[in-house]
Amino acid sequence: MAQASQDQGAVGIADPDEDSPNMIAYRKIEDIITRLQDETEGVPVRTVKSFLSKIPSVVTGSDIVQWMMKNLNIDDPAEAIHIGSLIAAQGYIFPISDHVLTLKDDGTLYRFQAPYFWPSNCWEPENTDYAIYLCKRTMQNKTRLELADYEAENLARLQRAFARKWEFIFMQAEAQVKIDRKKDKTERKILDSQERAFWDVHRPVPGCVNTTEMDIRKCRRLKNPQRVKKSVYGVVDDTHTQSPVHTPSQQSSKDTREDVEKEILFLNTQLDRHCMKMSKVAETLMIYTEQYLDYDPFVTVPDPANPWISDDVTFWELEASKDPSQPRVKKWGFSLDEALKDPVGREQFLKFLESEFSSENLLFWLAVQDLKCRPLQEVAARAQEIWQEFLAEGAPSAINLDSHSYERTSQNLKDPGRYSFEDAQDHIYKLMKSDSYPRYLRSNAYQDLLLARKKGKSLTSKRLTGLMQSS
Amino acid sequence: MSELEQLRQEAEQLRNQIRDARKACNDSSLSQITAGLDSVGRIQMRTRRTLRGHLAKIYAMQWATDSRLLVSASQDGKLIIWDSYSTNKIHAIPLRSSWVMTCAYAPSGSYAACGGLDNICSIYSLKTREGNVRVTRELSGHTGYLSCCRFLDDSQIVTSSGDTTCALWDIETGQQTTTFTGHTGDVMSLSLSPDSRTFVSGACDASSKLWDIRDGMCRQSFTGHVSDINAVIFFPNGNAFTTGSDDATCRLFDLRADQELMMYSHDNINCGITSVAFSKSGRLLLAGYDDFNCNVWDTLKGERAGVLAGHDNRVSCLGISSDGMALATGSWDSFLRIWN
Repeated sequence: MAQASQDQGAVGIADPDEDSPNMIAYRKIEDIITRLQDETEGVPVRTVKSFLSKIPSVVTGSDIVQWMMKNLNIDDPAEAIHIGSLIAAQGYIFPISDHVLTLKDDGTLYRFQAPYFWPSNCWEPENTDYAIYLCKRTMQNKTRLELADYEAENLARLQRAFARKWEFIFMQAEAQVKIDRKKDKTERKILDSQERAFWDVHRPVPGCVNTTEMDIRKCRRLKNPQRVKKSVYGVVDDTHTQSPVHTPSQQSSKDTREDVEKEILFLNTQLDRHCMKMSKVAETLMIYTEQYLDYDPFVTVPDPANPWISDDVTFWELEASKDPSQPRVKKWGFSLDEALKDPVGREQFLKFLESEFSSENLLFWLAVQDLKCRPLQEVAARAQEIWQEFLAEGAPSAINLDSHSYERTSQNLKDPGRYSFEDAQDHIYKLMKSDSYPRYLRSNAYQDLLLARKKGKSLTSKRLTGLMQSS
Repeated sequence: MSELEQLRQEAEQLRNQIRDARKACNDSSLSQITAGLDSVGRIQMRTRRTLRGHLAKIYAMQWATDSRLLVSASQDGKLIIWDSYSTNKIHAIPLRSSWVMTCAYAPSGSYAACGGLDNICSIYSLKTREGNVRVTRELSGHTGYLSCCRFLDDSQIVTSSGDTTCALWDIETGQQTTTFTGHTGDVMSLSLSPDSRTFVSGACDASSKLWDIRDGMCRQSFTGHVSDINAVIFFPNGNAFTTGSDDATCRLFDLRADQELMMYSHDNINCGITSVAFSKSGRLLLAGYDDFNCNVWDTLKGERAGVLAGHDNRVSCLGISSDGMALATGSWDSFLRIWN
């Protein structure tokens, strides 16, 4: 669904308090969650009877998938599963009887996560919190709260790691159990499952993707480490140290007068620039893609076949051979740039110019390109060589420059650098583009290559390969 | 009114004038103009190769110019040079710092580079006389992490950094030839223009800037995104570029129109973009997302043309070979996939 470009006036940046790079994504998901839970337009959330008990506040996976297909304009159930699984993996919905957070299009029962536990609150729970949680689970004598194998292993590990403060953790766990007991039975069932889902996100089952992992480039920018480090259970712990990855960000300095003056200078140059009309710009984009569509293997089936699909490297062999294919020769005719980009195209163009005794322009252009790639230490000497060869009085390969460019270049050579010949090179390029290049395209040399029957050419190459293989 | 206030007002007036000038050029929109264009149809690509060998998240990759070799960098502390066609590892280079965030392949094929939390861009020679791979230069100078690096040629490399600057280095002397300052947030990515005279950068200040390599000046600045820009790539003709952001959109900006042409987004896409690339003709835009998928967009019409699913964790990097034959994706699931 194409969206029209937004007005670029406001430099809209996310609210500075919303530091997480995922905040925009979270808000979008929360929109969907809110709609899903809507009393009239959402999914039917009900209590399901099972054996001796009731399961409160659940919805089936297929109900969610159906709702998404209807309300989010999705045709393919696989796409609904994909989006739903992403929402589940972040912890906004969860299966009540599984630690693995995916969405299934069947009767599996799901519950909605409490907003307190939403990822948009930027939770980064410490291991002390996790230890309190696992410890608490072992205190409550209920089969539904029994630890899974990996949780038991985690608990054992934490007991070793926190050996010295285990008493503290145990007390906190006891306190939590007391608080929980005060709540209504049904409410507790729901809260317990939501709490478990929270830990499934932050301490996932081994083998599951941890969706809370952040790109380390973004970690360092979290502006308020204090806020992020808050405890799930309200535990105040002074002993833990700041993560080395969380560095306090630099205070953004107020714009100085110099900054604003610089900006004004910049804005003035921008204002002077001539803006091209949208229609013209769109037209050139369309023309370009149209011209190159035949050369785009993702859109046009290549000939010979794409080696990745056919397991046949003929295409690459042809490209590497000195014998250019007809489409390749045709591309040289698109622009001077294309002819010069292709080493074989360059060679052919040069050969043509040599036959006309007018190769010094191209040789100069090539020499300057080479100069720009040289290590700094070689630049000065090489620049002088180029001056002597092409521009000095009595130069062996004298090129024709307008007096203005000649003067500028001569000045530049007093302190030679990589870009000393930029003016001259631009001038020579324009010359070639308007004069020798069009002549080359009309020449027999080029036309012969272009009109050579493609079949004949590739047959020759294939035969050659065959010959080589049999010898 | 203080002098600073007056200056600020002047800047604001100029910004408004520029905005009006841009509006005046808006005689149509790209999607309106391409409404009648033939759609590219459904693009379906399959995984042709899976490159296994990394042991941790892959953060970056780049194709060599021969369209077969590629380099990848992972937080397992290794740089691997692959022959992607045969899936053989040509080199497995142990890094001094495992917190690597970017890697690059020189156009000549003789060098690779990488860097990350160490703030250094390390240059590796791949074709030493002894046959082994070794560090030939460590380019230090940035005061923040190295987010991206791209070789201009064997002598020069451009880097972008978390210290909000970009730099052009002369590899031989190890010096910063030019520094590019102006961004107010971490610079996350850069892309060289096809003619190597300019490059575009994307940063966490939600802006992208066009820089002149020769004189270090910022030529143009583009706004529109509302969150970090994670990736930028030039359109093949060098007149436009696309950015990918945490705001779940990709946007196409044109240099001559000096503004945004198209936004690639969908209500059902609820996660950030990590990487972007164009197909050979530019007609298709490939983007890697946090939700483990890649989406294929019709650049001109703005419609989604396909989805590539297969990775088990976020797609962190992707690139198209120079002959346009293959797309390589790298993921936090530690695998690279080759698609077409």
